[in-house]
Amino acid sequence: MKMIQAIIRHEKLGEVKSALSEVGVIGLNVTEIQGRGVQKGATRQWRGAVYDVDLLPKIKLELVVDDPMMELAVNTIQKAACTGNVGDGKIFVWTVDQVVRVRTNERGKEAI
Amino acid sequence: MRKYTVLTLIVLGLMALFPVAGAADPSGAANPATLEGAMSSINYIWVLICAFLVFFMQAGFAMVEAGMVRVKNVANVLMKNLMDFVMGTVVFLVIGYSLFMGTDIGGIIGDPTSAFLLMGDAFDVGTMLSWFFMLVFAATAVTIVSGAIAERPKFKTYLVYSAVVTAFIYPIYAHWVWGGGWLSASNFMVDLGGGYGALDFAGSGVVHALGGLLALAACVVIGPRIGKYTKEGKPLPIPGHNLTMVMLGGFILWFGWFGFNAGSTLDGNQLVIAKICVTTVIAAAGGALSALLISWKRAGTADLGLTVNGMLGGLVGITAGCAWVEPWAALLIGTVAGSIVCYGVWFLERKGVDDVVGAISVHGFNGLWGLIALGLFADGTYGVYTTDGPLVTGLLYGNAGFLAVQIISAAVVAIWALGTGFALFYGLKKTVGIRVTPEEELQGLDISEHNVSAYPEMVTKELAMSQEVQK
Repeated sequence: MKMIQAIIRHEKLGEVKSALSEVGVIGLNVTEIQGRGVQKGATRQWRGAVYDVDLLPKIKLELVVDDPMMELAVNTIQKAACTGNVGDGKIFVWTVDQVVRVRTNERGKEAI
Repeated sequence: MRKYTVLTLIVLGLMALFPVAGAADPSGAANPATLEGAMSSINYIWVLICAFLVFFMQAGFAMVEAGMVRVKNVANVLMKNLMDFVMGTVVFLVIGYSLFMGTDIGGIIGDPTSAFLLMGDAFDVGTMLSWFFMLVFAATAVTIVSGAIAERPKFKTYLVYSAVVTAFIYPIYAHWVWGGGWLSASNFMVDLGGGYGALDFAGSGVVHALGGLLALAACVVIGPRIGKYTKEGKPLPIPGHNLTMVMLGGFILWFGWFGFNAGSTLDGNQLVIAKICVTTVIAAAGGALSALLISWKRAGTADLGLTVNGMLGGLVGITAGCAWVEPWAALLIGTVAGSIVCYGVWFLERKGVDDVVGAISVHGFNGLWGLIALGLFADGTYGVYTTDGPLVTGLLYGNAGFLAVQIISAAVVAIWALGTGFALFYGLKKTVGIRVTPEEELQGLDISEHNVSAYPEMVTKELAMSQEVQK
């Protein structure tokens, strides 16, 4: 099993969710976060003075899939979240040791 | 306890000095059931409705200021806006109104005992109408400082400041212009002006220049907020937390301003009130438009905060001349006012004056501009709060003397406001202290001064700046 953590643009959340649903990935968690990538943020203006914001608001998407689904899910997210501009985000993947469904105590991929 | 007993005895003793006179009309029973009486009733209703509108401007100031500060200082700013009105009401009853409108003493002050607690001859509907209208104006002047020095003053010091300004600083200058004092009524000024002395229809100078320049003194004495400037002295923007509040406050102030200006006829039977509303609305539009274009050019995008400030600057600029200038002149006055706001805000910021809401430029600089603009553009169609002559004319209509009078008036309000302002704020700094500790300031005044949070259920975070926090 793999944990996929995707940092994406706010406005892309809807498209990413729909695209994942279409390939059969339903369960996911969403968090609003602030962060920065290599471009170090952006500028805003207040009363005519421009200032730098080095932490930008982003959406963090977390989902766990069975190993064979991983490549498809990652590709789906990448395609749906991409605008081609700086600040589109990142996707991280790592291995998950165990999953437990609280209601039934099922283990492993049955519990995903 | 003993202290309070002594205080009560002093107050009772003072009250005994003012026996209730028979001449006053505390219930309005003397108003005759004639046409004249009906016209008098129209005036009362007009002045009261306008006073209610001016009172509502307190809500406008509260919203603009609350929106322009960070989440951690919202409750403190709101408390200041409430309490300066409350303190002002009490001291205006005790001494402020008497110094302002009491029987003139030497052209300098009104007799300080003439309307003490509105007793005796002052226990009269006519005096109370005037007292109420003048109170809401005084409160407008006082509340201007609150936004300029937001996010750092001690709350109790602000209470003392409010009382001193409404009791002494505001009434004395207001007496010189509106209470029969030397600026408006001395022989020298009347001769120079060509039949009338310094004029200020609804208070560009009396209310706004005074409040705005007191704010300048306050900002200089209290110093900038932590984090406003880098170690090299470069100013950093500190964005406010809620532009919706700023915009709502801006509209409330604009709405209230129609009462502020048109109500200053003190007479609902003068149809010039229609013209006053027209010049008022035009100047506000001119101010907003020029501030929009200037800030747009500098930042590359249309800025809401400065555009609202420009609109308010236009209103301040037209306040002195609203009854005396033509609509085209109102547009010009407002347009100039909008640019004064933008360049004033940026100039002060570069000079190390941290004015959170732009009050010094909006009210102070434009208050002075309003007085001078009246001296330039008065068109000779309206007299001194009456349709009878002498009609008021400015430089463009051949009366250079009146412009000189207005320039003197502007210089006097600047000297008075900055002189008393620096004395007051340095005095407060040396005694009760004017500023919270750096720890309290970083934590936010909501907690340090009131131990509340304006948004207890909201996870709040400082908007991240790329620079490290500057101490």
